[in-house]
Amino acid sequence: MRQENRGGQKETVLKVLQYIKKYRIYLVLSVLMAALTVTLTLYLPVLTGRVIDLIIDRGMVDFPGVFRILRKMGIAIALTAAAQWIMSVCNNKMAYRIVQDVRNEAFRKIEILPLKYIDEHSHGEVVSRVIADVDQFSDGLLMGFTQFFTGVITILGTLGFMLSVNVWITGVVVLITPLSFLVASFIAKKTYRMFRLQSGTRGEQTALIEEMIGNQKVVQAFSHEDEAMKKFDEINARLADCSLKAIFYSSITNPATRFVNNLVYAGVAVTGAVYAIRGGISVGQLSCFLTYANQYTKPFNEISGVVTELQNAIACAARIFALIEEEPQIPDAADAAVLTDVDGRVELEHVNFSYVPDRKLITDFNLSVQAGQRVAIVGPTGCGKTTVINLLMRFYDAQSGKICVDGADIRDVTRNSLRLSYGMVLQETWLKAGTIRENIAMGKPEAAEEEIIAAAKLSHAHSFIKRMPKGYDTVIGEDGGNLSQGQKQLLCIARVMLCLPPMLILDEATSSIDTRTEIRIQKAFATMMQGRTSFIVAHRLSTIREADVILVMRDGNVIEQGNHETLLAKGGFYANLYNSQFAPSSL
Amino acid sequence: MRKLLVYLKHYKKETVLAPLFKMLEACFELFVPLVMAAIIDKGIGGADTGFALRMGGLLVALGVIGLGCSITAQYYAAKAAVGFATELKHALFEHLQGLSYTEIDTLGTSTMITRMTADVNQAQNGVNMVLRLFLRSPFIVFGAMVMAFTIDVRAALIFVVTIPLLSVVVFGIMMLTMPLYKKVQSGLDSVLSATRENLTGARVIRAFNKEREEIGAFEEKTAALAHMQLFVGKLSALTNPVTYIIVNVATMVLLYTGAVRVDEGTITQGQVVALVNYMSQILVELVKLANLIITITKALACANRIQAVFEIRSGMVWRESPAEQTAGQSGSPFAGDGGAQSEGETGQPYILEFDHVGLTYAGAGGETLTNIDFRVKRGQTVGIIGGTGSGKTSLVNLIPRFYDATVGSVRIDGRDVREYGKEELREKVRVVPQRAVLFQGTIRENLRWGRKDATDEELWRAIKTAQAGEFVEQKPGKLDFAITQDGKNLSGGQRQRLTIARALVGDPEILIMDDSTSALDYATDAALRRAIHGMEGDRTVFIVSQRTASIRFADQIIVLDDGEAVDIGTHDELLARCGVYQEIYYSQYPKTEGGTAS
Repeated sequence: MRQENRGGQKETVLKVLQYIKKYRIYLVLSVLMAALTVTLTLYLPVLTGRVIDLIIDRGMVDFPGVFRILRKMGIAIALTAAAQWIMSVCNNKMAYRIVQDVRNEAFRKIEILPLKYIDEHSHGEVVSRVIADVDQFSDGLLMGFTQFFTGVITILGTLGFMLSVNVWITGVVVLITPLSFLVASFIAKKTYRMFRLQSGTRGEQTALIEEMIGNQKVVQAFSHEDEAMKKFDEINARLADCSLKAIFYSSITNPATRFVNNLVYAGVAVTGAVYAIRGGISVGQLSCFLTYANQYTKPFNEISGVVTELQNAIACAARIFALIEEEPQIPDAADAAVLTDVDGRVELEHVNFSYVPDRKLITDFNLSVQAGQRVAIVGPTGCGKTTVINLLMRFYDAQSGKICVDGADIRDVTRNSLRLSYGMVLQETWLKAGTIRENIAMGKPEAAEEEIIAAAKLSHAHSFIKRMPKGYDTVIGEDGGNLSQGQKQLLCIARVMLCLPPMLILDEATSSIDTRTEIRIQKAFATMMQGRTSFIVAHRLSTIREADVILVMRDGNVIEQGNHETLLAKGGFYANLYNSQFAPSSL
Repeated sequence: MRKLLVYLKHYKKETVLAPLFKMLEACFELFVPLVMAAIIDKGIGGADTGFALRMGGLLVALGVIGLGCSITAQYYAAKAAVGFATELKHALFEHLQGLSYTEIDTLGTSTMITRMTADVNQAQNGVNMVLRLFLRSPFIVFGAMVMAFTIDVRAALIFVVTIPLLSVVVFGIMMLTMPLYKKVQSGLDSVLSATRENLTGARVIRAFNKEREEIGAFEEKTAALAHMQLFVGKLSALTNPVTYIIVNVATMVLLYTGAVRVDEGTITQGQVVALVNYMSQILVELVKLANLIITITKALACANRIQAVFEIRSGMVWRESPAEQTAGQSGSPFAGDGGAQSEGETGQPYILEFDHVGLTYAGAGGETLTNIDFRVKRGQTVGIIGGTGSGKTSLVNLIPRFYDATVGSVRIDGRDVREYGKEELREKVRVVPQRAVLFQGTIRENLRWGRKDATDEELWRAIKTAQAGEFVEQKPGKLDFAITQDGKNLSGGQRQRLTIARALVGDPEILIMDDSTSALDYATDAALRRAIHGMEGDRTVFIVSQRTASIRFADQIIVLDDGEAVDIGTHDELLARCGVYQEIYYSQYPKTEGGTAS
């Protein structure tokens, strides 16, 4: 298992390298600059020490020497600053460009993923891969890499410089420093439990807030405020208690490591002083040592942070690569025909389909629709009426059998031309963030103003659009934002009204439009359907009765087929359904 | 923010002591370079090993005292911050609960939840950080300068120049980049919403063949984002090199001045080392301060948003206690028993009167309800029908005073609803809302929202009336069955029936069902109406529906169209004379069927 895991990690890192390849010049430059920066930064205290050694006492200052070293310092400072800046810019360039590349690639994949993937995965999760995971990945992997790199060079460099000056004082530093990690990891372990308790309690409180504040109206209607407050206070008190502990214990880390640092400092000061008295080292070297002692632990703390971050980043990268490498839908054949001037003949021959291999849904489904006919799909909620739409639009492919439009197998024509032959109004309304005009003109961006207004009028959307603050230029937020469900449905209808393709797929949107508007839309639908092959997921009795073919669905399968009279006469499922849902009540 | 500080008032001691101890710690830290100077000058210079050891001991002691001070400070800071957040949350929760529907609508639930959670946490973090660091960092910066003055005035002047210069660079770059980072964030947000949009709208985008355009638009967005990030990156990448140059050039000048002063015999070699140490302390603290300012800015923004919520006052004033003369009667949960009796007492033939009522929502352009005028006798059933947005829910919301009528008045038992106490009115009038909301807890706990002390027997009666008996019986634990959040472990129809039962438990005089049977099938809906009709007492029932079947047997039906009552009457009357009603009716019962049904 672990072996496998490591193999996966290695693979992921290799893939990351592929992305970096394009920007390798920045990587090389960045590494060089990092090395330069670190070396010079470490060299500077040495120079400072040398200057101090030239300033011994009254009248004992070697001014030419001081100037010589100061000049060196000046050059070192300028070089370091320049190298630092170049390094940051290179890192940024690499990180942000790679993020851009990865996101673009992920998005391209999203556009060609089979609908099956999109339907089966939580959208929030996919979004978080494209946004959060990519950011984590770039922060952790790219920034983490440079931090790790500079950290290691700093530690090695410091050790080298220190050793070259005095082995014993170095020994003091090396011996006391690990104390700092011990303290830090001890505290981290202790606080972990508190933090878990805190986040658990916080979660409990958030849940209560969401419930009570989210349903504030109900709470008020039942005068439940006092009880809610009592419950809230109880959780709040518990949270205060464990928050205090978690925050306090974790905030000890900094003072504690600082204390260890002070110990190192004191140790260096004393041993250094003792050596200096014996003439082992100079005052300048001691001052240089003290500077190092102050900085020495810092890269250690950074590196330990980086390691966890790196692992996290690799996990994030693996998630985003999994998305990018997802199997796309079967591409259109190279010789796929383009459907033009569709009459609207649709045939389904021996179609078998299921979403999951071992749960059969549609079996041996045959249907022949003449141009201009109406097909009503009926059945209880959740019976899989949308499955038929999925197959017709080729959002999903049938496992066997074939579906033909105008005699052509839909797998032999381009998806584009097939889908453009259908006008689709689904019950889950979806609108793009943008103006109302843009949304209506989605299928025909070049449409003239009059055409758009005409389409809106036909779908009874014009009157409410007119009343909006900026009319057709009103910007609607993501997924319809401030429009009512009914208004959104009207806009979706207007969107199809504008292009009027030769075939229609209508999901009779009854749920949120009142019956009077519904009647008007029904009329608009009727004009729209004139001479067009239409598939309607139907709820209204009138629609069903007027259909040429009724498909009765149950548990995902088409169980009966025929027109109203023949089906009623048959006395099967349809007749039952009809009698229970549509026959007038006797009460 | 300032007004939120009252929530620190119980933590005055902590609020003062935390920064104080932090400053103490900083003081001890400032002594270290001086001790080091002494070690160099007296210990090394005087070849006094004993002195060096003693001073080493002093360094350790300074460290121990510093640790003690610092831990004390952290404790007080944490205590004050957590206490602050706890009291703030309590106050905010209480405040939100006191808002009326109008303010809830304006604020929006998601805003309220964010204020209560993320924003309060940020504010708590801000308080904690301010208490810990806000005094410490400036103190060390200026302390270092002061210490430099005690060593040598001329050398200290270098500090006087360096500190402002560094501050200008660190804070200047921060100020410049902060608004730019906001832009980066909004760029990222637009990338995010484009991604989400393409997932939720995959079918439509593919149906309209928009994939190519969408990819183009997305790539423009990521390119713009990268461009922005690179630009900000270049700016903020300046911070490190520039501060590095300033501090180290200052060190060079310091070394030169030190050289001159030592040569003159004004200061010693050890003191030069101390000065160099002070210089390096400054930079570290300034960078910390800059980061702290970012945290504080965020916390302040959150605090101001919270403050803004506190400033929203409920526009609805409630009577403190129910009016004297009817207090006894309305206190009894069985007030509904004696319809005739209460009629005699109050001398009112009508339980409910709408007197030329109009309603304009806050911030709305026009009236939602216009001139609604009707009367209801005790025990009657009233149906309300009309299209989406015709004002059905708005009308019934006026009865339990969820909103106040802006014109005219609503009276119950002859008394304006504004004259009732809050609990008194809401016990009299129970609403089954459109959205079937249940809460985490057992069925019993949920139903007891209707009346806190209801017995199991009473609960069962309500459940049976609401046609929920059968499925509640089948649930494991029955009344003890645990409902998960949002009632996810129940079907839509089951939730609806339980919300109806919940309203029935209180045995209200007026029951309002706001389209609350939409998920029930025909037969259950009818059985429910029959059961409610058959309950003891004269219960006045309002049924809001889009289905004519649900309301056709009401004593009076109010037909709403665009906020106006176009007609009021019985089913037969309306079918004969009301165009809107006919249109609705025949849309559900095509004429052939309609004929036989009526």
